[in-house]
Order: sequence, then structure tokens, then C-alpha cells
Amino acid sequence: MTQLLLETDAVSKTFGSGKNAVHAVREVSLSLAQGEVLGLVGESGSGKSTVANLLLGIETPDSGSISVEGRPVGNWLKEEPRVYREVIQAVFQYPIAALDSRKRVGWLIEEPLVVHGRGTKKQRVARVKDLMSAVQLDEELLDRFPYELSGGQAQRVNIARALALEPKILICDEPVSALDVSVQAQILNLLLELQTSHQMSMIFISHSLAVVRHLSNRIAVMYAGTIVEGGPGRDLVDSPSHPYTELLVQAAASSSSNREGLVSTISPEGLPRSGCRFVPRCPLATEVCSNGEPELVMNSQSRSIRCWHLDTT
Amino acid sequence: MAESEKTARRSVDPLTLWVLVTVLFLGVLILIPGVLAPHDPYSLEVSNRFAPPSGEHLFGTDQTGRDIFSRVIHGAKYSIGSALLIVGSASVIGTIYGALAAWYGGLADRLLVRVVDVFLAFPYLIFAMAVAASLGRGLNSTLVALVLLWWPSYARMVRGQVKSILNEYHVMAAQTLGAKKSQILRWHVIPHTYNQLLVRFTLDIGNALVALTGLSFLGLGAQPPTPEWGRLVAQSKQFVLNAWWYAVFPGVVIFVVVLNFVLLGDALRKRSTS
Repeated sequence: MTQLLLETDAVSKTFGSGKNAVHAVREVSLSLAQGEVLGLVGESGSGKSTVANLLLGIETPDSGSISVEGRPVGNWLKEEPRVYREVIQAVFQYPIAALDSRKRVGWLIEEPLVVHGRGTKKQRVARVKDLMSAVQLDEELLDRFPYELSGGQAQRVNIARALALEPKILICDEPVSALDVSVQAQILNLLLELQTSHQMSMIFISHSLAVVRHLSNRIAVMYAGTIVEGGPGRDLVDSPSHPYTELLVQAAASSSSNREGLVSTISPEGLPRSGCRFVPRCPLATEVCSNGEPELVMNSQSRSIRCWHLDTT
Repeated sequence: MAESEKTARRSVDPLTLWVLVTVLFLGVLILIPGVLAPHDPYSLEVSNRFAPPSGEHLFGTDQTGRDIFSRVIHGAKYSIGSALLIVGSASVIGTIYGALAAWYGGLADRLLVRVVDVFLAFPYLIFAMAVAASLGRGLNSTLVALVLLWWPSYARMVRGQVKSILNEYHVMAAQTLGAKKSQILRWHVIPHTYNQLLVRFTLDIGNALVALTGLSFLGLGAQPPTPEWGRLVAQSKQFVLNAWWYAVFPGVVIFVVVLNFVLLGDALRKRSTS
């Protein structure tokens, strides 16, 4: 049994209150083993970025617990916030905005080392060069400002910053969705390469099942704040069980022109307040679906599915 | 693209040149006025009183025969120097105050903002008079009064900016790296306020100069025989009919300097928003 690095247990987060309450994350339970890549898929508004923010301590959960290396995150952040940062790092969606526009590339990559008091100035400068070559960035770019970089280059800088502390867990929140298609594959391959060579665990968040499948050992599909299906990566994509997963698979397969009809953005107002949240878009929906929300049930192939029509699909 | 970038870098940017010339000229005026002034600003030559402008006395002489041109040059130290001091202190105090208020937020923020509101509610003339009256007349008490009046506007501006910068994406990224609050503030927030601060600073040098010379004109600022510009204009007013140059030249100099700063501030603003 591989060791569990990260575990969340029925984590929930609600923004706002009363009529305007948005239940961004509802009872999400995830686990991440040493060296594993977990893919988290769902359309925008499904709560996947909130999950990332909860894991990173940017948001605190309303209920449920998150533990990393067997220790509750709340406890980490209270007692050793900076050590926690050395364990878990992140790469975000907007590569250029994530970099301070007034700082140069060299400074930005050195920042985590300075913040955590690593090495002397000389050692840090050497380390910055090592990191730049690890993410395949030309040393010429050392003195550039972020706005002088391409999206791909900027994302490499972000990856180098995250890597500088040699984290055990890397959270990638839509790391390629803001990039040109031609650059996306390069960045994905780089991330996968680094994950293997540094033996990191990774949570990879994306709206694209195609991207996630390429990288992940396991995949969890989120819809309206909950996980609707989870299971081994390839298997889940090849034979989706939940109607929403099926929709995503179709979307990934079809051309981009008719994709919009299939996958839309979730608006909190349009969601049912009770029962299965997927009812309005579900081809299988029956009366039972509106009456109560199904549980996440594990089947024999270590696949968990949240659907009343489990047996028929 | 790369070609045009290079040529742009090689030719001197007119705005930069303007700033440089202004700084250099004022630097000389304030630090080494003796280089430009042909005469001692304090030496009396009563026999030559009210001499009209000539090659020897460019701006003429005053009621005791002092060279007005030299007095204006030596007065820059008091007038522009004080304006710089006022705006400089006000911006430093205001920046720290505003940044702290925005950073702590909540109740502390609300309390700090109320204090700023109280200061901003005072009419500056009355406030300056009150301070001058309680501290005694003279340039120093006027300076204190103006700094007290000036910092709140900076505090308010910086607070608003810091609040919005704190919500920017790169600040969240720095937090994720584990940067301390103080590091985030120093590295990732305050430097982003510099552009607007510089614009405001430049515009305000002109404003502070007007306020200061205004108060001096009313007799609250510098006292004789200091050649502070507001003072010069104040003294000239009795002689305005028989020695027009006495009032006109110092007045024109104030006008030109203030206009320079206002236009420069405007140009900087256009640059920073484009």
C-alpha cells in the first residue's frame, strides 16, 4: 500500500450566505498517494479551483478536513505555515499575471529561495540557473520582465518558482488553458517529466478531459461542487459511467465548433437546489433523480460513481 | 519589432529629458545658488534702490537696493525646498499609513480612515493659521502645518491602491510561495504604487508651492529678510506702482515653476496610464 500524502474528507466551502449562497465545494473527498498524478476535471464553475485554493490554504474549508502527510492543514498553517509551503506548491492558470510585473525573471525564480532562507546569494544564483535549465528556459531571459515573455516562457518561470522548494506535492490549476495550443503540449510534457524526475505527487486540474487523461493515474470528475465520478484514468475515459463524464468524453472527441453546445458554464442560479444537480442536462433523468442526491458509490472496478442509474449505465 | 525597440531605446525620451532638466536646474538653484546669482541677496545698496531691470540687475532692485534676481535665486531654497520637504514628508507618512491601514483591514482600517477624514475636513488656511499661531510664526511652523494637512490625501490614495493590488493574482502567487506579509508588502505591493505616487508627487510640488507662497504672502511663512518667494511678492505690494518689476518677476517665477510641475505631472500621468 502506497503512503497517502494528501487526503481530504468531506470538505465543503460555501461563498456568500442566504439566498446568494454559492456552494462551491460540497463534501469532496480526495486522496493522493506518493508519486501519483490525480486529475480533477470539470467545467468552469464546478468548484475545482476552489478545491485547489482549499488545499493551498488560500481558502479555509467550512467543514470537513484536509490533511497532508497525516497532519491537518489548519494545524500546518497555524504552526508551521512556511514548512507547509515547502511541501505543497502550485502552478496557476494565468502565467503572466502570476508574476510580479516589476520584477525580473532571475529575481522571481530566486524569490522562493530568499523567502525560505535557502543558501547564500552565490548558491542561490547557481540554483536559479539550474532551475532555468530544468524548465528549459534560456538563461538569456534572466533579466527580462514578465511582460517581455511569451505565455509559455512565463509558465516555465512559474514552474521553476514552484520547483525551487522541491515540494512533494504540486498543484497545477489549469496550467495550460491560457496558453496557445502549440505550447500546451510542451508545458504538459515538461510537467510530466518533472513529476517523474522529482518523484512529486501532482493534482492536475483542468476542464479538458483530453489534457487530464494524458497525465493522470486517476481522475476525479467534478460537477456543481461534488465529485460525480472517480477512477483509474484511462479506464474512466474509455468507459465513462456517469452521464456527465460521458458528456465530457464526447466533448473531448468532437470538434471545437460544436463543443459549446455540450459543455456550458454552470451558473449557480440555474442549478437545482436539491436532488441530483445534473438533472437539467441529464439524458437519463427520471423522477427519482430530483427527489434526492445520490451517494458516491464505489463499484467493483474501484470506480466510484454518483448516479441513481448506476445499474443501468 | 525588435528593430524599432532598439531605436526607441537609443533616442532620448523627451519626458525623461524634461524630468532631468527640471531636477538638474532645481538642484543647482537649491544647493548652489551662488553659481547663478550675480549678487549677494542680502547686501544693501540703498543708493541704488528701485533700479529698473538692466544688464547689471536683471530683475531690478528692491527698496534697499538688493538685487531681486539674486534674491529670487536664493529664495528657491526656501520656496521649492520647502515644497519638496512638505510633499516628500507627506508622501512618506501617507504611504506608510495608507499601506498599513489597507494591510490590516477591519476595525484598524476603519479607525485609521476616520483619522484621515478628520484631517481632510479642515480648510487648510485656517488650519495653517492655527498651527502657526500655536507654534509661533516662521517657515518651520508653516511647514509643520502643511505636512499635517498634506499627508492624509496620500494615505487615502495609497490605501485604495494597496487594497486593489492585494487582490491581484501575483500577490496570491507570492503567498503560495510562503512569502511573509512584510515581504509581500515591500516587494509586491508598494512598488506598484510608485507610478501613481510619482504623478501625484510632481503635481503636488506645484500645489505645495502655491500653498506655501500663499501663506508667506499673508505673513505666516518665512520672515524678513528671507528671500522666500511669497515673502518677496508680499513686500513688493506697497511699491507696485513705482517699481512694477519688484512684484512681477518673483510672481512670474512662481507661475513658471508651478506650471512646469503641473504640466510635468500631467505628462507623467499620461505616460503611466497609456
